[in-house]
Amino acid sequence: MNSLFMLLVVREARLLCRRPAELANPLVFFAIVIALFPLAVGPQTQLLQSLSPGLVWVAALLAVLLSLDGLFRSDFEDGSLEQWLLSSHPLPVLVLAKVMAHWLFSGLALVLLSPLLALMLGLPGRCLPVLLASLLLGTPILSLLGAIGAALTVGLKRGGLLLALLILPLYIPVLILGSGALQASLQGLPVAGHLLWLASLAALTITLTPFAIAAGLKISVSE
Amino acid sequence: MSSPFLEATALSCERDWRLLFENLDIRLDAGQMLQVSGPNGSGKTSLLRVLAGLRPPTSGTVHLKGQPLARRSGELADDLLWIGHAAGIKGLLSAEENLAWLCALHRPASREQIWQALEAVGLRGFEDVPCHTLSAGQQRRVALARLYLHGPPLWILDEPFTALDKQAVSQLEDHLAGHCRNGGLVVLTTHHSLSRVPDGYRDLDLGQHGA
Repeated sequence: MNSLFMLLVVREARLLCRRPAELANPLVFFAIVIALFPLAVGPQTQLLQSLSPGLVWVAALLAVLLSLDGLFRSDFEDGSLEQWLLSSHPLPVLVLAKVMAHWLFSGLALVLLSPLLALMLGLPGRCLPVLLASLLLGTPILSLLGAIGAALTVGLKRGGLLLALLILPLYIPVLILGSGALQASLQGLPVAGHLLWLASLAALTITLTPFAIAAGLKISVSE
Repeated sequence: MSSPFLEATALSCERDWRLLFENLDIRLDAGQMLQVSGPNGSGKTSLLRVLAGLRPPTSGTVHLKGQPLARRSGELADDLLWIGHAAGIKGLLSAEENLAWLCALHRPASREQIWQALEAVGLRGFEDVPCHTLSAGQQRRVALARLYLHGPPLWILDEPFTALDKQAVSQLEDHLAGHCRNGGLVVLTTHHSLSRVPDGYRDLDLGQHGA
């Protein structure tokens, strides 16, 4: 089981490296959205700084959502998913490996890029550890929740907008906790509560969503 | 009397409110080959997907080795090999990488076995070329190489002859007949008439049945 997990991660890594645009698109999107805000609201440092927790989180959330639309699409079109369904390995484990591999290469890159963009918005350096921690805990949740929508919409020709409509409401708690932690750290308040809540949400999604994703894929493939 | 390897009873299938076939009974034992034929849109692929457990039938049951298909979902890979019209081959990966992954998913195979299987389908020298640079026929051969690895007894193949050249078609026909002689089972759809068939060959025409 462990070796299959590693094989799948290696396979996903190969696929992403051979089509780097898929890897880069969400990151560029993330950077551009963040860069748009100073242009729109004006360069007042005070205003941008107080807005920055929300801005970074909303941009990260949209970037994750953008990257998820194609998560299962190519596997669906080339028949890989049918082979997954008939495999001797449990489908929830396979999808968990797939989503975590995807997160390792897109979500993690997003997290690593975020301090740079947050500094651009004037977030003080002392808040960066909290930013990294909240995104590290939050982006896997976003990926896993989004994968449920991706699994359900994979059979549709244009599932992108539907995916956003299905999944964005589910992102609200993560957004509140993530940006809340950052806001608290900006005001010098304790952040442990927010981060612990995020961690418990992460544990919950890692254990439960693979079953929902697997069920969604079964429905999509059997259509 | 022992139950047949694959048994479907009173199958019917609807798609988009259209009845594709109904009251279909299929019994298949070791050594038999079933060719499903019929015009386009007559439900050949749907029938194969139902038999492989990828799609629930509208009514009726499918039993594999006497057990309902739905209850065997974890063990299906031991009994059944499915190669659909889209065969699960990634264009960005090489033939060897593709096969290695499919083997890991179903039944482990060594690197040597994979190379031998690729050689058997005439892809020697193409092992590490990305599949999207191969021709359509060669890509189909990559998928069919799975039939040359140690595999489960029941093969369900949707249009396996698509894009193959004459020599590859006759080689595959021989291989399928040989599999049946060794006690395997084959269910396939194809539009061309098979020239070499095993003793247990049967033909199911969905065009006559469904209409």
